[in-house]
Amino acid sequence: MTKQQANWSPYDNNGGSCVAIAGADYCVIAADTRMSTGYNILTREYSKICKLADKCVMASSGFQADVKALQKQLAARHLIYQHQHNKQMSCPAMAQLLSNTLYYKRFFPYYSFNVLGGLDNEGKGCVFTYDAVGSYEKVGYSSQGSGSTLITPFLDNQLKSPSPLLLSVQDAVTPLVEAEAIDLVKTVFASASERDIYTGDKIEIVVVNATGIRREYMELRKD
Amino acid sequence: MFRNQYDTDVTTWSPAGRLFQVEYAMEAVKQGSAAIGLRSKTHIVLGCVNKANSELSSHQKKIFKVDDHIGVAIAGLTADGRVLSRYMRNECINYSFTYESPLPVGRLVVQLADKAQVCTQRSWKRPYGVGLLVAGLDESGAHLYYNCPSGNYFEYQAFAIGSRSQAAKTYLERKFENFTDASRDDLVKDALMAIRETLQGETLKSSVCTIAVVGVGEPFHILDQGTVQQMIDAFEIVGEQEGPDAAAGQEASAEPEQGAGAGEGVAPMDI
Repeated sequence: MTKQQANWSPYDNNGGSCVAIAGADYCVIAADTRMSTGYNILTREYSKICKLADKCVMASSGFQADVKALQKQLAARHLIYQHQHNKQMSCPAMAQLLSNTLYYKRFFPYYSFNVLGGLDNEGKGCVFTYDAVGSYEKVGYSSQGSGSTLITPFLDNQLKSPSPLLLSVQDAVTPLVEAEAIDLVKTVFASASERDIYTGDKIEIVVVNATGIRREYMELRKD
Repeated sequence: MFRNQYDTDVTTWSPAGRLFQVEYAMEAVKQGSAAIGLRSKTHIVLGCVNKANSELSSHQKKIFKVDDHIGVAIAGLTADGRVLSRYMRNECINYSFTYESPLPVGRLVVQLADKAQVCTQRSWKRPYGVGLLVAGLDESGAHLYYNCPSGNYFEYQAFAIGSRSQAAKTYLERKFENFTDASRDDLVKDALMAIRETLQGETLKSSVCTIAVVGVGEPFHILDQGTVQQMIDAFEIVGEQEGPDAAAGQEASAEPEQGAGAGEGVAPMDI
């Protein structure tokens, strides 16, 4: 008697990669805009990035239906928080909320690999990286998604100082300037889209700093 | 008095067909400090008088943001008001989550009214002791509603509730015909004038009142003290508004869309 196999899966993987890098007074969050299923492309212009609060942005790859549901949950909870506390949630607070929300569905998880970036209460950049069930860590930089295996080693090499393998969490902030960090992100995605079939089309780059949130785009290979 | 025999329970009718507990709940609204609301075609302004327990304490919060397009001002038991605001906020959030669009005000007030009605028909509950002026914007325009503890609700062009609200109502009755086409700033000025009427002699300053506005292209927000004081200074300089030749006697024809209060022998919730 062989074990019965499921003839249907509730999950799908829409591919894509996300990256975030924290600086002394800024945070860069980026993701590609390709949404795929299997070997096909569903669209070249899908945003995986969501603004959760004034100084807090999340990028998620994985199953985009679960990602959308997760984003809506967090947005609703944020509204409740604002009603109760009369202010926006800070990035570390949102980080904990995301962790709790993910673990809440420990036994039917959100198939969502998240990277949260923003400014903490003192205006310093922060990045939090997650697994699908809410385990999280504050880091200086992070990458998730189909291209993460290609991106992470490169970031480790270029940003050696804030690598979580070498340095403690407290000093987890890159010495790079904002412009350098954006350049690094563009380089990293250009490399990843060479070999990862699920990464490409365009990068959406969101920068959070004291003046607010700004967005830019860069074209990538379409193949 | 006969009244006392039938007023212990909310589920007991009086021989005249009244529920006294509900009427007593409406009395509680009259005890609270004044709250007023007025609307034009595109904006609604809510105002309230800040009452503090003593000189040492802060004043109670009587105006609540429910959603970007809805706000509420309360009079009566503020604790009941706070709980109802929380309910309203939840309903708005849930509706937005499911339908990705804002909850129409008309639906919200019906839900509120039904919630209030439940408390008039359960022996283990008591009616909410708070009156709510709900201001909201939806596809059909700007709306101002009044929700009673009885479970009734009415739509108004302008209304006032709470203690000394009759003075504000008289002012609003004189002016309401101009409200539909009034500008946003004129509407706020009228709100401040109406509040001044309830103060009866006391000077109007921004520390004594709170004003909130919601309108087309303007999400619900409470005006900060500085702005309010500027507006007070602006019209106080102009001097006393028009004298006694303003129609003081025409109350009947100047009534807003539906009846605003109890007649003497008529049960208030029948209107």
